[in-house]
Amino acid sequence: MPVAVVANTVLICAGGACISAGEKSVKQVFEEKLKEFALDSVVRVVETGCMGACNLGPLAVIYPEGIFYQKLTPQAAEEVVVEHLLKGRPVEKYLYKGPAGEVKAKAQEELPFFKRQVKIATRNLGVIDPTDIEEYIGRDGYFALMKALKEMTPEQVISEIKASGLRGRGGAGFPTGLKWDICRRNEADQKFIICNADEGDPGAFMDRSILEGDPHSVLEGMAIGAYAIGASKGFIYVRAEYPLAIERLNIAIEQAREYGFLGERVLGTDFSFDIEIRIGAGAFVCGEETALMASIEGERGQPRVKPPYPVESGLWGKPTVINNVETLANVPPIILKGSEWFASIGTETSKGTKVFALAGKVRNTGLVEVPMGITLRELIYEIGGGIPGGKRFKAVQTGGPSGGCIPADYLDVTVDYESLKELGTIMGSGGMVVMDEDDCMVDVAKFFLGFTVDESCGKCTPCREGTKVMYDILEKITSGEGTREDLEKLKELAQFISEASLCGLGQTAPNPVLSTMKYFWDEYVAHVEEKRCPAKRCKALIRYVIDPERCVGCTACARVCPVNAITGEVRKPHEIDPEICTRCGSCMEVCRFDAISKVSP
Amino acid sequence: MKTTVDLASDLYKQLDEYIDSLKGKPGILINVLHRAQEIFGYLPDEVLEYVAEKLDVPVSKVFGVVTFYNFFSRKPKGKHQIKICLGTACYVKGGDKIFERFLEELGVEPEEPSKDGLFSVHPVRCLGACSMAPVVLIGEKDFYGRLTPNDVPSLIKKYREG
Amino acid sequence: MPKIKTLEDLMKIKEDAVKELKLREAGKRGKVIVAMGTCGIAAGAKETLKAIVDAMNELGVEDVAVVQSGCMGLCDVEPTVEVALQGEEPIVYGHVTPEQAKRIVEKHLKNGEIVSDLVVKRGQV
Repeated sequence: MPVAVVANTVLICAGGACISAGEKSVKQVFEEKLKEFALDSVVRVVETGCMGACNLGPLAVIYPEGIFYQKLTPQAAEEVVVEHLLKGRPVEKYLYKGPAGEVKAKAQEELPFFKRQVKIATRNLGVIDPTDIEEYIGRDGYFALMKALKEMTPEQVISEIKASGLRGRGGAGFPTGLKWDICRRNEADQKFIICNADEGDPGAFMDRSILEGDPHSVLEGMAIGAYAIGASKGFIYVRAEYPLAIERLNIAIEQAREYGFLGERVLGTDFSFDIEIRIGAGAFVCGEETALMASIEGERGQPRVKPPYPVESGLWGKPTVINNVETLANVPPIILKGSEWFASIGTETSKGTKVFALAGKVRNTGLVEVPMGITLRELIYEIGGGIPGGKRFKAVQTGGPSGGCIPADYLDVTVDYESLKELGTIMGSGGMVVMDEDDCMVDVAKFFLGFTVDESCGKCTPCREGTKVMYDILEKITSGEGTREDLEKLKELAQFISEASLCGLGQTAPNPVLSTMKYFWDEYVAHVEEKRCPAKRCKALIRYVIDPERCVGCTACARVCPVNAITGEVRKPHEIDPEICTRCGSCMEVCRFDAISKVSP
Repeated sequence: MKTTVDLASDLYKQLDEYIDSLKGKPGILINVLHRAQEIFGYLPDEVLEYVAEKLDVPVSKVFGVVTFYNFFSRKPKGKHQIKICLGTACYVKGGDKIFERFLEELGVEPEEPSKDGLFSVHPVRCLGACSMAPVVLIGEKDFYGRLTPNDVPSLIKKYREG
Repeated sequence: MPKIKTLEDLMKIKEDAVKELKLREAGKRGKVIVAMGTCGIAAGAKETLKAIVDAMNELGVEDVAVVQSGCMGLCDVEPTVEVALQGEEPIVYGHVTPEQAKRIVEKHLKNGEIVSDLVVKRGQV
C-alpha cells in the first residue's frame, strides 16, 4: 500500500471564544465524517490558537487553499467535509465574509506579494536564524553536500548542474555547469572557487539578503562547486558596505568548520576545502571577475583582457571558477531535488527562478523570487502592487549601470535573459528600479553616467575619457544648454565606447543613454529645443511657485526653507524668490494646502 | 612636541598584531589597510609607509591601492561618518536632496569633517537597502530609511547630543 | 561538537531542529522572530527587538524565545515580526513599531489573540 500523503489540513480554532461557541462538537464532526469517508489518512485536523475573529467563530481554515470558514455548526462541518474535502468544492454559504460582506475565499490579510513566488535561492530567508547552523540543517541544509560527496562523482555533480540549465545570476547568464566543466578539465596543482559577493549594481540587494539571511546556503553551494571542479580553497569577495553580511558569514564559516562541512576531510571523505572572506574596498569595477581577482591578490582592481578566462588562468594564475551568490544558493536544492525539477521551472532558455529587488516608485518594495518568464506587468503590478500616490508608471530600470530603461509599452514582455537583451537592457543581477512620471529620463541617464565616470578604473581610454565626455554633454542638456548636435554626438560616442572598451563596465556603460534615447527621445528633444524638463526634475529648468489662491499663509514653507527664499506675512499668500531658491523641494513637502507646484520652464 | 602618530605607538602595536596573525598569507594588503583604517580612523602617509615596510612591498604600490579604492581615506573623517546612499533607488526617491541638506545643515563640503570634528558627510554607492530608500548610514551600523530632508536636523541633533 | 561524517549524523540534527527540541528543552512554547537584515534594521528593527524584550520582561512572558532571522523579502512593511507558537499557524506582522511590538506581546503572546490589524501573512513563509 502506498504511503498516504496528507492532502489537506483543517485548522480548527481552539481559542477560548470558539470552544465556547461550540467548537468541540465541530471538531468531532470533522473527525467522524473524515473517518466515514476514509479521508482520515489524507486530511489532518489540527487545533490552533485563536485566529482573532472570535465574533465569527467557530472558525476553520482548510489548507493548502487557505479557505476560511466561519460560524460553523455541526451540520455545516458535515457539509464542508462532503462538499469541499471529498468533492473539492468550497461551500459558499459558510465562507468567511469580509467587513463589507463580500465572499472572500482567501485569508484577507494575505498580501498578493507572497503569491506567485517560488522560493529556491531565498528558501530560508526570514525562516531560519542565520546564526544557527542547526536551523539550516533542519531545512535540509548540507544534505546536498552529503549527497554530492558520498553518492556522486564530481562529473556527476557537473552533469546534474548542466542538465538543470542553471545560468549565472550575476548578470551575463553564463551556464554554470559548463563553467565548472571547463575548469574541471584544466589540470593544475591548485584551483580556486570564488563567490562574487561584490554586489555593486545600485538597486540590487538580493545577494546581501541571502548572505545575511542564509549564509550557509552559499557555503554549501561553494563546497559542492569546489568538489566538482577540484578546488581546495575558496574565497568570498564581499563588499565593505555590507558589514552585517560579513559578520554572519564569519559566524557561519566557524560553525561549518566545527560541524565538519569545511576544513580537512570534509564529512570524513578525502575532500578538503576551506573558505576565506576577502572584503572589498568600494570599487564597482571589482564586480568584473578579472578585476575582482586582482583585488583578492591585493592589487588595484583593474580588469585585464580576456582570454585567458579565469577557468584557465585565474587567481594567482590558477584555474578559478567565479560564481555569484544567488547562483551558489541555487546549487544545493538542485543537487538534492534533481535537475529535472529545476528545469521544469522557467522558460526554454532561462531555467529556474530569479530573485528581483523591487525598489523605487513601487508600492511593495522588497525581494521577490519568481519563475523566469514572468511578465514585467505581473512583477510590478501584481506582486509589486503598482505605483503609489496615483502616479503614472514611466519606466523600469534593470541591470544597473549596464542596463537600460524599459517603457510602459513593453510591460507584457516576459523576463528572461534573451528578451531583456532584445529590449536593449540586461537581466543583470536583478535590481528593478521603478520610475514614475516625476522621473526625468535624461536625468536618470546622467545619473548612471556619473556613476560610470566615478567607477571607471581608468585603464582604457574609451571608458575613462569617453564616459566623461558623455557625462558633460548630459550635464549641458539638463542645465538647458544642450543642442541637437549634442544629441548626435552622444549617440556616436555611445557606439564607440561600447565597441572599444576593455571590459564589461565600459562596454555596457552607454546602455542607459542608448535605451533612454530609444524610448524617450521626446524628452531629450524637449530639453534641448524647448529648454523644458517634462518630468520637472532638472533643477535648472524648473521653478517652484506658490498658488496665491490656495496659500493660506500658514508660514510652514517659509519656516522650512533652508535658504529663506520664501517671504510673506502670516495669513497672506507667500512668495518664492527664484533667485534665492535652491529647488530643494522642502516647501512642497510641508505644504498641506497643495499650494506649491513646480513649473517648467 | 609629539605628533599624534607618535603618541599612537600602541595603535601600531595593534596593527602589528593583526599583520602577524595573517601569517604571511598571500594578497593581504587590502585586509591590512582595512584594519589600519579601523585603528587610525584614516590612512595618513606615515601609516602607509609603515605598512609598506612591514609587508615588504613598495610604498608606490600601497599608494596605488589606497588611491584606487573609494573606501580608503587619506584625510581624517568626522567622529560620526554620515554615509548617504546615492544608488538608483535612493536617487529617484530624493537621496540627493538628503545629501544636500546634510551639507547645508552642517556647513561642510563632502568628505570634509565639520569644524567641531563631529561629522563628515560621504556620498556612497548603493548600500543595498533600496526598499527603504532614501537611506543613510551613520557610523558602521546605524541605518536610517525612508528619510525626508526635513528629518535631517533632528538626526544631526541626535548624534550631537548623544 | 563532534564532526559530522554520516547521513545519520545529519538526520539526527535535522530531526532535532525540526522538532524544535531545543525550544522545548528550554521550556519554551514558541518563538518570536524579528527580521534583522539591513533593511529591517534601517526600518527600526533594533528598537522593535528591544521593545519586545522589554515588554516580555515587564509582562512576565518567559516561555517564548526571541530570535532573529534575515530579511523575508517584504521590506516595504519592515520591521516585520513573526510569532510562531507551538500548535499554531505562524503569523507575520508588519510595520511593527516599538508601540505595536508591545501590543503584540500583550495580546498575542500573553493573551493568545492575534493582532489582526498588523497581520501581513499567515502560515509558512
